[in-house]
Amino acid sequence: MVKKEMIAMLLAGGQGSRLGVLTAKVAKPAVSFGGKYRIIDFPLSNCINSGVDTVGVLTQYQPLRLNTHIGIGIPWDLDRNIGGVTVLPPYEKSGNSEWYTGTANAIYQNLDYMEGFHPDYVLILSGDHIYKMDYEVMLQFHKKNGSECTIAVMPVPMEEAKRFGIMITDENKKITDFEEKPKEPRSNLASMGIYIFNWNTLKEALIAKANQPHLDFGRHVIPYCHEKGAPMYAYEFNGYWKDVGTLQSYWEANMELIDIVPEFNMYEEYWKIYTKSEILPPQYLAPGSAVERSIIGEGAEIYGAVYNSVVGCGVTVGKGCVVRDSIVMNNTEIGDGCELYKSIVAENVRIGQRVKLGVGEETFNNTAPHIYNSGLVTVGEKSVLPDDVSVGRNSVIYGITGREDYPDGYLVPGSTLMKAGDEE
Amino acid sequence: MRAIGIILAGGNSRRMKELTQKRAISAMPIAGSYRAIDFALSNMSNSHIQKVGVLIQYNAGSLNEHLSSSKWWDFGRKQGGLSVFTPTVTAENSFWYRGTADAIYQNLSFLKSSHEPYVVMTSGDCVYKMDYNKLLEYHIAKKADVTIVCKEMPKDCDVERYGILKMDEECRIQEFEEKPVVARSNTISCGIYVIRRRLLIEMLERCSMEDRYDFVTDILIRYKNQKRIFGYKIREYWRNIASVEDYFAANMDFLKPDIRDYFFKQYPDIYSKVDDLPPAKYNVGVRLSNSLISSGCIINGTVEDSVIFKKSFIGNNCYIKNSIILNDVYIGDNTHIENCIVESHGTVHPNVYYKGEDQVKIVIEKNERYIL
Repeated sequence: MVKKEMIAMLLAGGQGSRLGVLTAKVAKPAVSFGGKYRIIDFPLSNCINSGVDTVGVLTQYQPLRLNTHIGIGIPWDLDRNIGGVTVLPPYEKSGNSEWYTGTANAIYQNLDYMEGFHPDYVLILSGDHIYKMDYEVMLQFHKKNGSECTIAVMPVPMEEAKRFGIMITDENKKITDFEEKPKEPRSNLASMGIYIFNWNTLKEALIAKANQPHLDFGRHVIPYCHEKGAPMYAYEFNGYWKDVGTLQSYWEANMELIDIVPEFNMYEEYWKIYTKSEILPPQYLAPGSAVERSIIGEGAEIYGAVYNSVVGCGVTVGKGCVVRDSIVMNNTEIGDGCELYKSIVAENVRIGQRVKLGVGEETFNNTAPHIYNSGLVTVGEKSVLPDDVSVGRNSVIYGITGREDYPDGYLVPGSTLMKAGDEE
Repeated sequence: MRAIGIILAGGNSRRMKELTQKRAISAMPIAGSYRAIDFALSNMSNSHIQKVGVLIQYNAGSLNEHLSSSKWWDFGRKQGGLSVFTPTVTAENSFWYRGTADAIYQNLSFLKSSHEPYVVMTSGDCVYKMDYNKLLEYHIAKKADVTIVCKEMPKDCDVERYGILKMDEECRIQEFEEKPVVARSNTISCGIYVIRRRLLIEMLERCSMEDRYDFVTDILIRYKNQKRIFGYKIREYWRNIASVEDYFAANMDFLKPDIRDYFFKQYPDIYSKVDDLPPAKYNVGVRLSNSLISSGCIINGTVEDSVIFKKSFIGNNCYIKNSIILNDVYIGDNTHIENCIVESHGTVHPNVYYKGEDQVKIVIEKNERYIL
C-alpha cells in the first residue's frame, strides 16, 4: 500500500497582480529571485530538506514557465517512484467543471490525489514567500499538542498587524480566536499561510464547505474548524520570512541578499536552496569592469560596472554601463553605455545602447499607482528598448518598443508603455 | 544507434605533478565549473551515443563522485546508459588494468552484449567538442578498419608526448610513433578512435593471448600496415590537459571570448554535474579584470587574469593574478598569489606571498577551515 505520513499541497496558481508586468506572462511563484532562483524554489527546497517528498503543485494562472521549471522535479530530488512532485492544474469533470475558485477550493478539487497517498497529515503551502523552514519541526509541534490544525505564525510589529490574519492564543499557543486584518489587533501573531491539517479534519471540512463560493482557507476552512471546536495551535516561527507580493517588497528582499552577512544566507551548507540550473559556465568579468556589493549568476558577462545589484544568469552588461540598486533577470542583454538606477528588468530583455532607466522626479504612475509606486522602473520580459532613450522613475515598459514610443527620447516619470500582453 | 562509446579515464601522468595526487586527470576541474571528462561525456550524449562505458582505475574517488548520477549527461536511460568499470578480481583474472587494451579486454562483455556495429573510443582528459556522427560517416566512407582523429599542431609546439602520425594524400596512416624522442611530423593523434565492434573484440582477444596490453602500440601501430587505418583531421579546438603547462593553458584559454563563445554559447552545450550553489557574491573593495568566477564564490579582494572555481572565498585586500584557484579554497586577507594553481579545499593563511617564478607554482594547503 502507498502510504505517506505527510504530503504537501503547494498553492501556485495565483497571478500576483501587485508585481505588475513581472507576472504578465508567468505566475508569481515562477518569478525570478536572487539571481538564479524562482520564488517557488524556496518552498520546494524546504519540502525536500524537511523530508516531505510528496508535493502537489496547484497551478492555474499562466502555468507554462512553472511547468517547465518543475518538470519531474529532478533539481529538488522530487523525482520519486512513489510520490515526488505532481503538477495539478484544474480539470474538466463530468458534472460541474470549474476553475480553482479559491485556495481551499483548489485543494478540494484534488481530494483524490491526496487520498491516493493515505496521508495522516497534509501541509498547505503557498508559493510566494522567501524563507527557510523545517516543516518536520512544525509537524512535531502539531503532534505533541494533539492539534488538528496548526497554523504557522510570525510575530510582527503591532502597527503592522492590521495587514495580516491575526491569531489570538492562550499561553500554550492554543488558538482561542482569530481576526482577519483587524483594525485594532489583539495580538501580533500573523498567519504565514502555512497550515498542517490532520487529513480527516481537512477532508471533512472541505466536503462540508464544498458549496461555499470561493472557498478559502483563511475565510472559510479555518473558521469552520474553529466553530466545530477542533483543537488548533499556532506554531511560532522566528526566522527570516519575506512576502514578496509587491514590487517594493520584492526589490527589498533581493537587495537584502547582497549584505555582507545577509539575514537570509544562501551560502550555508545546511539547508540548500535548489533550482533548475540551465546555465553552467562561470561568469566573466572583463578588463574595465567593476563590481561591488552584488551577486551575479552563472554565465553572465560583465563589461561595465555593477553596484548594489542582483544580476541573473546569462546576463550581458555592456561596456561603460552603470547598473546600480537594480535587479536584472536571466539572459537579459544591456547594451554599451547604459545607466540603470533602481530598476527591475525581467528575463530576456534587450536594452539598446546609452539607455538611461530611473531618471527624473518621483511621481505617481499614470495608470497603476498602487503597483508602480516605489521609484522603481519595471521592464517586462522579452521587452526591447531602443538606443539613446531615457526612462523616468515609476515607469513601466512591456513589449517591443521603438524610438517613436519615446517622445524626444524621454519617457517622463510615471509613464506606462505597454506594447504586449493582455493590455494591448 | 550505430555506435557505443568507451571513455578511457584511468590515467595518471607524472607531468601533472602534485595535481594528480588527489584525482585522475579526467576528474581535473576545468573552466571554472566543469571537469575534464564532461567534454567527452557531453560529446557522446550530443552525438546520440546512448551506451557509454567509462574505464577508470587510478585514484577514482573524485571521478566516481562526479559520475554518481548519469542524469546530468542524460544517460539515465533504460536503453544503454552509463557504466563505470573499475578493475575487479574475477575467477579468471586478478590483475589491475595493465594497459588500455587490457582494460577494455577485462570488460569485453560490455562490447559483446552490445548490438551497435561501431565503437567510439576517446580519452577523458581532452577539452574539445565533436559530433562523432561526422567521424562515423567518414569512417564508413573510407571503408576504414580504424579511424584516428588527428590534429596538426603549431610548428613550435612540443609534440613529443603525443602519438605522431604521418598520412598519405588519402589520409591513410603511413607512420605512427608513440611518444617519439624526435617527432618527424606535427600531426598528432587526439586519442579518439572509431573501430568496428566485432573487429575490436577480435583484436583484443588476440592481443590478450599474446600478452599484449596497450591499444596504441599493440593494436594500432602493430597492425597499421595490415589494416586500413585512416586519419580524420580536425581544425577545431582540441587540447589535452595531461601536463601542468597544458592544464594551466587550457584554463586560461577560456578567458578568450572566441573560446568561451565556442564552448559555452554555441550549440551543443557541455553538461556537468549541478552543484546547487548560490550566485557568486562580491563585497566592498573588489577589483576584477579579465577573470572567470564560478558560482558559490565570495570575493573581497582583487582578481586579475585568473580562473576561480566554485565555492572559493577570497579575503580582503588579496591580490590574485594569472592564477587558477580550484574548488572550495579559502584565501585569507592580504594574500598575494601570482602564477599559481591553488589545489582544491586548501586554506591559504592570511598575509602569505606565493609567486610562480619561471613556471606555474602548485600550491597545496591543508584544509584548516575551522581552525582559522
